[in-house]
Amino acid sequence: MNAPAAGPAGREHGLALLRGMLRIRAFEDRCYQLYGERKIRGFLHLYNGEEAVAVGAMRALDAGDAIVATYREHGHALARGVPMDRVMAELYGKQSGCSRGRGGSMHLFDVAKRFYGGNAIVAAGLPVAVGLALAQKLRREPAITACFFGDGAVAEGEFHESLNLAALWRLPVLFLCENNRYAMGTALDRTEAETDIAAKARGYRIDAAAVDGMDVFAVEAAVGRAAAAIRGGAGPALLELRTYRFRAHSMFDPQLYRDKSEVEAWQRKGPLITLTTRLKAEGLITEDDFRRLEAEASAEVDAAVAFAESAPWEPVADLARFVYAERSA
Amino acid sequence: MIDPVLPGADSARTPPPAPVRLSYRDAVREALRAALRADPRVFLMGEDVGRYGGSYAVSKGLLEEFGPERIRDTPLSESAFVGAGIGAALGGLRPIVEIMTVNFSLLALDQIMNNAASYCHMSGGQLAVGLVIRLATGAGRQLAAQHSHSLEGWYAHIPGLRIVVPATIDDARFMLAAALACPDPVLLFEHAALYNAEGDLTPGLAAVDIDHAAVRRPGHDATVITYGGSLPKCLAAAASLAAGGIEVEVLDLRTLRPLDDAAIVASVRRTRRAVIVDEGWRSGSLAAEVTTRIVEQAFYDLEAPVERVCTAEVPIPYAKHLEDAALPSPERIVDAVRRVVGGDGSG
Ligand SMILES: Cc1ncc(C[n+]2csc(CCOP(=O)(O)OP(=O)(O)O)c2C)c(N)n1
Ligand SMILES: [Mg+2]
Repeated sequence: MNAPAAGPAGREHGLALLRGMLRIRAFEDRCYQLYGERKIRGFLHLYNGEEAVAVGAMRALDAGDAIVATYREHGHALARGVPMDRVMAELYGKQSGCSRGRGGSMHLFDVAKRFYGGNAIVAAGLPVAVGLALAQKLRREPAITACFFGDGAVAEGEFHESLNLAALWRLPVLFLCENNRYAMGTALDRTEAETDIAAKARGYRIDAAAVDGMDVFAVEAAVGRAAAAIRGGAGPALLELRTYRFRAHSMFDPQLYRDKSEVEAWQRKGPLITLTTRLKAEGLITEDDFRRLEAEASAEVDAAVAFAESAPWEPVADLARFVYAERSA
Repeated sequence: MIDPVLPGADSARTPPPAPVRLSYRDAVREALRAALRADPRVFLMGEDVGRYGGSYAVSKGLLEEFGPERIRDTPLSESAFVGAGIGAALGGLRPIVEIMTVNFSLLALDQIMNNAASYCHMSGGQLAVGLVIRLATGAGRQLAAQHSHSLEGWYAHIPGLRIVVPATIDDARFMLAAALACPDPVLLFEHAALYNAEGDLTPGLAAVDIDHAAVRRPGHDATVITYGGSLPKCLAAAASLAAGGIEVEVLDLRTLRPLDDAAIVASVRRTRRAVIVDEGWRSGSLAAEVTTRIVEQAFYDLEAPVERVCTAEVPIPYAKHLEDAALPSPERIVDAVRRVVGGDGSG
């Protein structure tokens, strides 16, 4: 981690990052509540604690870049600009949802935003990202593909096969490993003989570094540098973003595998606290700014919930639509 | 702790044992515990089976009781740990490999099909893969397209595998031992919607086979043939049909490969009508196979075309109303039975 120190480029920059992270936090907290109210069902994986990763990374990427994410992808979708009301409607299973109610929390898609989704099979997104990058390369597009995945995915064959393929073909793909230290209940050092994920990538001749994923500026800077190199033809890169999940793995996790004190220690150095403290210390924002952004985020979530509540259901008669592509004549 | 009382206990002094009530989840856990106690070669491995307690809490407490050598957490490496299970079986152990859900078994399909199912035959009978793979299966919990597969019928296509599907508390408790006693690879499918189901363990029961289908409700107007997570739906349909004077026989297949043709044909010969209920997709389904066997072996006994109630041919959608519409339901089963018994269904 010998990257140059990164920080806010000014008040607007700081506010934009804070706004992005507060939106995700407010959204996730409301999702937790809505799950209790049975408005949201199925598996729900919340992103609390990891907001700096999605927000920092998306800000450093271009609108034309392709994004591949996991089942813990509300934050990525929101940071990417998928409208919050469409995301919430998807969690409600409504027709107005970004996947028309077919996908739910784990399968958010928005091709207009080049958001190639929510994938609920661990590591299954990596080969797809390699393919998107292959298309970008062969079509001589200036875009790259960013692929998010968890530390657990590193154990899957698809991780290794994808890294090798991307390196062999020098594809414009940026692998973004969100290392939150656990795959469900299994800590990284219980599943990996070599826990240095960047070192594994180097074994495939992929440029790799570890980044403090709790520091949104560090994430933004590292992703920006890596993306620029990839765009310049350097071939793939991997960043290991060290972060922590504050909530349970899903809504069914009794968290037998970690102590409360561990969670609390991480919460004290959480990404929102760190950012807010820093922006205030540097005189870029005031407590009033923070309160205003928080209120705006909460209002946006309220509006998204209202939208989802009143959105229509897909007719049952359309159950079998979209099994195959609908071609216009 | 809830090992059933064996028959032949001192019945003169002790009253007949009271039935033990437990959940399907607890029954599977007891089966695991009993297997681990009975044979030091047995061990359990899979994702989050240990410290997490099993993703469906089935293996909760086993790590503390049996230790990390026999309750092994694995990395997310389905192909590798299933393959390792095969190798360990060849090496003289009795592995129980848990694949968290059938959805993730697709990452291990090569090992299951090309190795586990093939070794015996392609080695000219030298190798036997005495491996048990447990998998959660099924839809119905709004988990969407990648977490709702019912692929047990699909696995039943593969020679060399045995496919068993406990649907009752007794089978959840005792099928595992029968699977471990089998020298071949056995895939044991637990429908995730059953884990919370509660029922009584049959007093005195100490073992079950994995060779025969079982009549779960006798009847004479039609046979409803099913397995696994669809059994409760069929029993509910049978109860509501009975209120209208239609008595269906509900046959639980229990084992999907090899199929118990004799039981299927015997029941259909009696009732002359059949409805197959299968959570798999309709085309190329297990229901299609059962239908074909009925047509091949009992065609002239049939009074009506065989009906199938399967899952709509769509990747399972998240929204509840769409998922419900896609899956077999008691209502759809009742409708199908009414069609085969004819007319308004009054018999
Ligand atoms: C191939 C596969 N195996 C198992 C699972 C079950 N599962 C879902 S999430 C998860 C943990 C993944 O951990 P990680 O990659 O670190 O991501 P995180 O949840 O921490 O964001 C597991 C085991 C799955 N979805 N896919
Ligand atoms: Mg993780």
